[in-house]
Amino acid sequence: MSEQITLTVNGIQVSVPRGTTVAVAVLLAGAICRHSVTDEPRAPLCGMGVCYECRVKIDDVSHCRGCQTLCEHGMNVRTDD
Amino acid sequence: MTSAGREQFDVIVVGAGPAGIAAATRAAECGARVAVVDDNPALGGQIWRGGAEKAEDMQAREWMNRFQKVGPRLFPGTRVIGQQQSGMLLAEERDVPRTLRYRTLILATGARERFLPFPGWTLPNVMGAGGLQALVKSGLPIHEKRVVVAGSGPLLLAVAAYLRRHGAEIPLICEQTSWTRLAGFGFSLISHPGKIAQGLKLKLGLGFVPFAANCWPLAAQGFDRLESVLVSRNGEKQEIACDYLACGFHLVPNNELAALLGCELRGGFVAVDDFLRTSVPAVYCAGELTGIGGVELAVVEGEIAGLAAAGDESAARALFGNHRKLQKFVSSLARAFAPREELKSLSSPETIVCRCEDVTFARMGGHASSRAAKLHTRCGMGPCQGRVCGPAMEFLFSWEAASVRPPVFPARVASLSGMETELEVESDRTTGGTR
Ligand SMILES: Cc1cc2nc3c(=O)[nH]c(=O)nc-3n(C[C@H](O)[C@H](O)[C@H](O)COP(=O)(O)OP(=O)(O)OC[C@H]3O[C@@H](n4cnc5c(N)ncnc54)[C@H](O)[C@@H]3O)c2cc1C
Ligand code: FES
Repeated sequence: MSEQITLTVNGIQVSVPRGTTVAVAVLLAGAICRHSVTDEPRAPLCGMGVCYECRVKIDDVSHCRGCQTLCEHGMNVRTDD
Repeated sequence: MTSAGREQFDVIVVGAGPAGIAAATRAAECGARVAVVDDNPALGGQIWRGGAEKAEDMQAREWMNRFQKVGPRLFPGTRVIGQQQSGMLLAEERDVPRTLRYRTLILATGARERFLPFPGWTLPNVMGAGGLQALVKSGLPIHEKRVVVAGSGPLLLAVAAYLRRHGAEIPLICEQTSWTRLAGFGFSLISHPGKIAQGLKLKLGLGFVPFAANCWPLAAQGFDRLESVLVSRNGEKQEIACDYLACGFHLVPNNELAALLGCELRGGFVAVDDFLRTSVPAVYCAGELTGIGGVELAVVEGEIAGLAAAGDESAARALFGNHRKLQKFVSSLARAFAPREELKSLSSPETIVCRCEDVTFARMGGHASSRAAKLHTRCGMGPCQGRVCGPAMEFLFSWEAASVRPPVFPARVASLSGMETELEVESDRTTGGTR
């Protein structure tokens, strides 16, 4: 069994296997990555770093692409920030 | 500037997909000092995503092991955002800018899916076909989920087979192209026995999954996430309940960096000679960027470019025959999976085309060019910089691709400060001085 990584998404604790991306952790936490300029809920589209629909705040850095970032212990992820 | 370091390499490869891996390996085996830069956190690109440990096929494992044996310097999670001056790339690793010097550059930045808008396509759980596969490879559980796979191209079959192996239920694969075009494609495959075998293997993995040609999504439906998909199937409407819609219309090249460096493009692809040299001295190009032709073509192009870049032209020349054979596949793919006219009228006036700025079909369509639409609506000016809506606009309105401006990705201010002086020069060249 692979190592579990624990992080928080909007303050809620999530555990995922090592190698999981932040975009997936957000989906598993039942959160929506962002709201668009006309307030539509948005979630990952391309899965490969080009569309920016998965952008979230990670450890106080805004506009990180969740699909290109691997989860790490103690990461603090916030959506819609 | 606050650069994390300036380092000098004989060969820098941008992109660690099959083409980049083969290029770096071959060049390093010739004794060149090689670096590979990739935005992804691990080696592998799209098809071999996740590195050697996760590789499911032999070819992937073999190449990655061979790569690791010669050990080119790998910069994972690092994006090339532009060029400071000839021979000096500007990259960004998370927040940290990096300058990398090269004597020879190999661009192997691959392709992305073409997305076309239809009502509801912005709902959560409507994703690219390769997009959903990438998320599953990155840990998204798909067991017992219902996934409609739609769009166009061989990628749909590869994705459906992958998802099914991981426990998904696939109620339907919707291929927009016609049976006639598919048959034409099948026929042209006869000269590529390897491809037939691959196709069969996929088919076996797919068992009794229904596959429809002449079939495309009309609307994705649901309140705040996807609940069902309405498809057009042989002219009839059919509604299918599902958890995910995995939808992409074949592939388009990630040509922005090549365009920024001034490489000549032909029909969106980078123009190259037999040794895969571009129009810019000391810049080579390999893989999907020269034409969409699948993994075998990407690998052989990587090998040729890597050998040529490291100076072993006779070894490169020995691969020309195989290259030419595999290249024939490019035009048959493009013909078979070109989007049909009907897909131009899927959007309603309110359908969003530019997802970054929420620009609707109606607002965009009133303009004469992508440049005019951009000026008046901000379409294509959000963080994706037109990577999603650009190819859609080209298809929907028959507009030419917008010109590329540095940086090729939204960059942190710190990285840009190292590029300021070059900005004007580069953009004048790529826009033909029409700023
Ligand atoms: C999402 C997706 C999934 C796919 N899945 C399959 C599949 O299952 N089966 C199949 O046969 N084919 C698949 N394909 C087709 C696939 O593109 C090719 O078969 C093969 O991966 C092409 O290899 P490549 O080396 O040319 O490019 P890629 O594998 O696309 O590699 C290009 C690499 O360049 C990197 N890159 C791009 N720009 C930059 C930059 N500016 N800075 C740093 N790095 C950069 C990317 O992160 C990427 O890793 C897929 C394509 C896509 C888009
Ligand atoms: S899902 Fe497209 S950038 Fe992350």
